[in-house]
Amino acid sequence: MTSEPYVTAAALARRRRRASLARFWHRYRAHRAGLWGLAGLTLIGLVALTAPLTVGADVQSVTNAPGTALASPSAEFPLGTDQFGRSLLGLLIWGARISLLVGLLAASLSVAIGTLVGILAGHYGGWFSTVVMRVTDWFLVMPALVLAIVLATVMSRSVWTVVLAIGVTSWPTTARLVRAQTIAVESRPYIERATALGGGDGHVMTRHVLPNVMPLVLAQTTLGISTAILTEATLAFLGLGDPTVVSWGGMLQDAREAGAVSSGHWWYLAPPGIAIALVALAFTLCGRAVESVLNPKLGVGR
Amino acid sequence: MTSASTPASVARTGTGSDSGTARATEGGARSGTAVAYLRHAAGKLAGAAVSLLAVLVTSFFLFRIIPGDPVKTMTHGMPTTAEQLATLRRQFGLDLPLWQQFTDYCAKALTGDLGTSYQFRAPVGELIAQKLPATLLLTGTAVVLYSALGLWLGTRSAWRHGSLGDRLNTGVALTLWSVPSFWLGLLLIIVFSVGVGPVPGLFPTGGMESGTGETGLGYALDVAHHMVLPVLTLVAVGYAQTLLVMRSSLLDEMGGDYLTTARAKGLRDDAVRRRHAVPNALLPTVTMVFINLGHVAAGSILVETVFSWPGLGGLFYQALSVPDLPLVQGLFVVFAGAMIMTNLIADLLYPLLDPRVGR
Repeated sequence: MTSEPYVTAAALARRRRRASLARFWHRYRAHRAGLWGLAGLTLIGLVALTAPLTVGADVQSVTNAPGTALASPSAEFPLGTDQFGRSLLGLLIWGARISLLVGLLAASLSVAIGTLVGILAGHYGGWFSTVVMRVTDWFLVMPALVLAIVLATVMSRSVWTVVLAIGVTSWPTTARLVRAQTIAVESRPYIERATALGGGDGHVMTRHVLPNVMPLVLAQTTLGISTAILTEATLAFLGLGDPTVVSWGGMLQDAREAGAVSSGHWWYLAPPGIAIALVALAFTLCGRAVESVLNPKLGVGR
Repeated sequence: MTSASTPASVARTGTGSDSGTARATEGGARSGTAVAYLRHAAGKLAGAAVSLLAVLVTSFFLFRIIPGDPVKTMTHGMPTTAEQLATLRRQFGLDLPLWQQFTDYCAKALTGDLGTSYQFRAPVGELIAQKLPATLLLTGTAVVLYSALGLWLGTRSAWRHGSLGDRLNTGVALTLWSVPSFWLGLLLIIVFSVGVGPVPGLFPTGGMESGTGETGLGYALDVAHHMVLPVLTLVAVGYAQTLLVMRSSLLDEMGGDYLTTARAKGLRDDAVRRRHAVPNALLPTVTMVFINLGHVAAGSILVETVFSWPGLGGLFYQALSVPDLPLVQGLFVVFAGAMIMTNLIADLLYPLLDPRVGR
């Protein structure tokens, strides 16, 4: 601090944040699998974001499809066509948008619920915490997929139903982790200092606990997205997704209904599954790398 | 931990203080731990009962409140008069107050009466009982196989962690873990049942038996032949979890001083691994296998659907496509109940396997 004797608190905070981010990146770079995951995600993210320019929304249209039904791969349609004559490559690219969107939203919703429940239970303690954690344990015991399927069955078919069904069934793990972290953070002396200076419950929770659990929350979100994408594909495959939008799980359902299995049309069936697996794997690799940077004791290994 | 006794045996016989006093007052200590265990068991049993009640509450309110009027859902797409709706409502007890409907539902569910299926016009409990053995056969076989595979590969991976073999092992497991099970199943059908190029169709595309009326060994072989692909699918997507848990719990143990002691005694590497490290690392993995039993039953929904396996999962899919609400509701209760029971068994077994827990 010799060159600048007078530094505002905000500038100091910003500098520290930048330094810790640089430190994080430095350690993350040591995980080769994590880097592969990140590279894969960047690529898939770019493909999904540029889809309106490369294939356009017309690719979904059933009425003016360009090709003949169920054609084999050719120069014009590298992956062949579906039963309506739509290009499968185009659908695959367009489907990335909905799979990623649902994955991100559902994982965010799940982690948001988990963080809220975890911080409240950890901060207030007592009978409130006991009751909340009982409920959490109950959700932990429930078969999440079955509960999500049931929720999607009783609600109307839409993307939001799928997001909601995945989000409200997958938060308990995050809640448990965040609660433990909250309790650990609140036992530190600076929380005592904050309360002594007049900081209320809200101040402690939002200004001190939340920033401290954020890294954990980030790792959970990354890992949660791959589960959410797999669940989304599963729900779509079972016919519980939004029938009006193209998604990878929905494409697999279409393929099965069009008889791609019995006629051996592997080019219809293979690509959506590979896409799902690659995205889920990329998020898992990133999540594991983030987790082991934040908590080297976990023994995830490099 | 001191090196007075080998820590492996400490872990097996109990905590240090326990085994120290056990010899002097053996009877007293044993009845003391028995009482502690009974208290632990009673707590877990009560917890499971509350969870089961919560499942009934959820299934009742989810299906009564969210979908709107059940009678309208039932008669969806059929022209019905208001009188007919009223008759149906009375018939299903829907004109009673909600709390009375709920107590009726719980009382019936506890005696095994889960209502009547719309599409099969048969009691839900009976349908489930018919399909249960097929699911138990399929998932039981898959669980045994993938637990064994996961334990074996996880041990190998952890023992040589960081090696090429370890990285390959973990990589393959994580990739298969990311694959949707239904997609893998469909792909296996294309390759091994329908046949691609020179590969002939080796296995049946679905079902559980050929229906040729064979008995005895011939029938068993026929069922086994039908089971190969679905079991392969379940094992492929499921063994990663066992592998990763076994790997990390063995890695935790590998830092232990007692392994250095064991090596210093002159034991071969193989004996150190099998006699000392693995038994201690097994505990978390065994518990996880039990907890996962319930998950597997639910996960088999997709595999059974893809392979037309005549089990609960296939039934669930049939119920969803109508949707046959009493059947969906009944299966939800059964799947959730199975999870609660396997968790209870794991909770009751864990202190017996690991004396450090629950005392």
